[in-house]
Amino acid sequence: MLETFGHLPVAWLLFAVLAAAAFMAFYVGRTQAVGIARGYTSQLNSQPNYHGYFVAMATIAPAAVILLIYMMFGESLVRAQFASELPERIRALGDLELGQYIDRISEHATRRDATATGNALFDAASDRYTDLVGLSRIAAILLAVLAAAGGFFFGRSRLSGDFRARARVEDGIKFLLFLCAAIAILTTIGIVASLLFEALRFFSRVNVFSFLFGTEWNAQTGADFGAIPLFFGTFLIAFLAMLVAAPIGLFSAIYLSEYASPRVRSIVKPILELLAGIPTVVYGFFALQFVAPIVRASATWINGLPFIPDGFLAAQPTSALAAGLVMGIMIIPFVSSLSDDVINAVPQTLRDGAYAMGATKSETVKQVVMPAALPGVIAALLLAVSRAIGETMIVVMAAGQRAQITPDPTADLTTITVQIVALLTGDTEFDSAKTLSAFALGFVLFIVTLIFNLIALRVVKKYREKYE
Amino acid sequence: MSSPTEGTANTGSFVTEEALQRLKKRHGAEARFKLYGQLAIGIAIVALVALLVSIFGQASSAFSRYVLSYDLNIEASYVDPDGTRDPEAIARNVSGFNLMLQDQLADEFLSDDANRNLRRELYGMFTRLAVLPIARATADAPETIGSEQIFNVALADDIDLFLKGGVSARKSIEIGTVAAGDGSTEDGVTLTLASQDAAEKLGAALTELTRTDVDDAPAVALIKAGNTWYRMEASEGRNLSLTYLAGPRALPSEGAAIEALILAQSQENRTVTDRQIAWTKILQTQGRIKSVLNTSLFTNSDSTYPELAGTAAAIVGSLLTMLVTALLAIPVGIFAAVYLEEFAPKNRLTSLIEVNINNLAAVPSIVFGLLGAAVFINFMGLPRSVPLVGGLVLGLLVLPTVIIASRAALTAVPPSIRTAALGVGASKTQSVFHHVLPLAAPGIMTGAIIGMARALGETAPLLLIGMVAFVAEVPDGPMDESTVLPVLIYKWSTGAERAWEPQTAAAIIVLLVFLILMNLIAIILRRRFERRW
Repeated sequence: MLETFGHLPVAWLLFAVLAAAAFMAFYVGRTQAVGIARGYTSQLNSQPNYHGYFVAMATIAPAAVILLIYMMFGESLVRAQFASELPERIRALGDLELGQYIDRISEHATRRDATATGNALFDAASDRYTDLVGLSRIAAILLAVLAAAGGFFFGRSRLSGDFRARARVEDGIKFLLFLCAAIAILTTIGIVASLLFEALRFFSRVNVFSFLFGTEWNAQTGADFGAIPLFFGTFLIAFLAMLVAAPIGLFSAIYLSEYASPRVRSIVKPILELLAGIPTVVYGFFALQFVAPIVRASATWINGLPFIPDGFLAAQPTSALAAGLVMGIMIIPFVSSLSDDVINAVPQTLRDGAYAMGATKSETVKQVVMPAALPGVIAALLLAVSRAIGETMIVVMAAGQRAQITPDPTADLTTITVQIVALLTGDTEFDSAKTLSAFALGFVLFIVTLIFNLIALRVVKKYREKYE
Repeated sequence: MSSPTEGTANTGSFVTEEALQRLKKRHGAEARFKLYGQLAIGIAIVALVALLVSIFGQASSAFSRYVLSYDLNIEASYVDPDGTRDPEAIARNVSGFNLMLQDQLADEFLSDDANRNLRRELYGMFTRLAVLPIARATADAPETIGSEQIFNVALADDIDLFLKGGVSARKSIEIGTVAAGDGSTEDGVTLTLASQDAAEKLGAALTELTRTDVDDAPAVALIKAGNTWYRMEASEGRNLSLTYLAGPRALPSEGAAIEALILAQSQENRTVTDRQIAWTKILQTQGRIKSVLNTSLFTNSDSTYPELAGTAAAIVGSLLTMLVTALLAIPVGIFAAVYLEEFAPKNRLTSLIEVNINNLAAVPSIVFGLLGAAVFINFMGLPRSVPLVGGLVLGLLVLPTVIIASRAALTAVPPSIRTAALGVGASKTQSVFHHVLPLAAPGIMTGAIIGMARALGETAPLLLIGMVAFVAEVPDGPMDESTVLPVLIYKWSTGAERAWEPQTAAAIIVLLVFLILMNLIAIILRRRFERRW
């Protein structure tokens, strides 16, 4: 019995049962309301349907809360109980190995076609684990059923002729809507908490300053965690990307908003936005397959020029320049569409004034429109930089893995995001400094991009208020 | 540039030589400025076109592939040694089928005393798993055992690449007929060409294809006389000294036509050997090599061999992941937008939520991957590599996008709708759910689809929650180990063999087709249902 419960796909069953209970409760509530009114439903404060909704809500809400709690904490409870039942010699292994042992058992136990392994202790433990899971599930379901029944009777007891059922139901809906909006906040809290928690664990093993200011990075061997080469690579590539994206994006935006006819605009703008819709992994492939070889060939050609010293450029098969160029192409639409909005928001009266003074279009743009739009344009550029810093796939595929500090853009450099991917791909142990360093890097990345975004968003908001 | 005050202070006239000069300069500056704008747009469009053209160019060769159409004698001793005719055992007996194909090919192309190296060369024209479809077909129809059946067998990726014109630069020429022949297949053959012209033509072609930038890399000539293939070792006037490669062992008769296939690289420097080329050519003249549509790209799952790898498992994995993402992001996103737009009181908490959503939309996607790894996998103990976790992470990732789009759609509904509903006695909730939300639905759905499209192309966060695992089977559900299309593209792009490149490009096109479809739906929705107030 316990064992069957330990294996069942309970989640789906529960959804069905809850849904059925809700329907039943709705029907009961509605019938009761009609009964109270003796058929003259207009005498009720709220329509009978709302009474039905109210009882349904009162029934499933407590049960849903209990099941949610079980889903979040059930497994850790089971594990704690299971660990306490294990023989002394296994418990003496220490937290890390004990955890791995339980992982193995739970993985074996949750497999439905699990067969005996022959190891008596392991098999017995696995059976016991299945039983415990079953037991915890039965407990949770019983509790949920009790809560649902309680809610159901509570809901029914509230119904009366002047019960404001609709208002109560709408309060419930409003609360649900609020919860949805709060998920966004919960996500941020989750991000900050998980990054901070793991980063602090990392800093308990590695000095903060040697991480932030060290110049040697050998995380794979677990030896050196000096992140300066990564910061350098990240910013160099972002800088190269901005060298491409800033002029092209800005000039495109100026041309589209000041010069282009509506027809040209309606064709070109979607084409530019297409660039933003292409997945980054596609850009990465493009950078690796087509741009990197061209960069390398050009670098080799430059090296071969008579007045250039031998080996002047590194000419690596993957290079910062290839990644930067392609990333620049990718962020053109971010710069152009944001700047376009900003330039369009500059009031026409400013332009008309300049034209009345005899200024040409380009003089108006340079001396009137751009100074007025400058804060917004800077915000657009900041957002683009933040996007470039956080971009992952292009650099993973085309920038390389070597942590080094060199101004040569044809050398292979590594970035924060590349290292996070390299450290966390494959099997990860959440207890090694190597894995934790990825979270420390992630934390730095999050903070840096957050600062850029906050400044940019604030500037944009201020700017909008100014002209609206 | 001139400022207006300067101009008037000068002479007070606009028609002096100086002023005209200045005007010309200003107009020049104007034209240049406009040109910069056009150039910028031009560069952006050229970059987009270059990207698409290069990927489509790469992919075009992956949509067809060369197969050997071979009449196999299905022998029971190989495929069903126990004689049970059990379909499962037959389907699993890949080695037996492989051995059968190898032996039948060897019977045809090799002498009995052929050494192991020769055999390995011949067997290298296929990968072991290429017989899998044959095994399955036979398992489905055990009565075919003992009869002769024609099957398409996928050629190894290098042979495929050679047939598509890759591997080595080459040139094919006709050089007349055989005047005389001498020697034996074991010790080398000497053929005399009928004309001096032909010998010179051959010499010229060899020089033409020899690479000048690499020392000691002369071009190689493979000679076909009659139906026999030889490699040319040396030539002296009209006499060619040849080594036998493949085909009939008898010396070619007088007057037999001679063709030469000149290859820029010798076999040490390429992935296909001279003998494999000769065999391929013979099979081709027999009409047994066909180009077929590469359906395995869509029906197969991932494989370590590029010619057998397909996207089926990744497509299903992507769909399952998108399902979870949609279930999380769309309802939660719409409800959050409704709350913020219609119900939220103007207070600190609300404005905090707003700032927070805008910020979340700009957080790098890889940070969401870290969140998933730390919370869903480490803390909540969910398994790695499953669509459920991937979908949850992507759902949180696109939630801000959906919220922002839904809010824009809700704002676009004019306030008169709300006041009218309230005026006839509807509650706030009724006015929102009965009137405002249905009117905003097309805009909301458009935003939701665009958010989903973004999630479909996302790669980085999924790498961190282990969706890079090698998945050889189509997943059954959201708790089954699986991978998704963009991650598959990333994995294939790191493959060492050349054949992965077109394969990756083809997978990219599959992904782009899905994205284009989703965007088209969004555009159609907008066109058909959008209301202008």
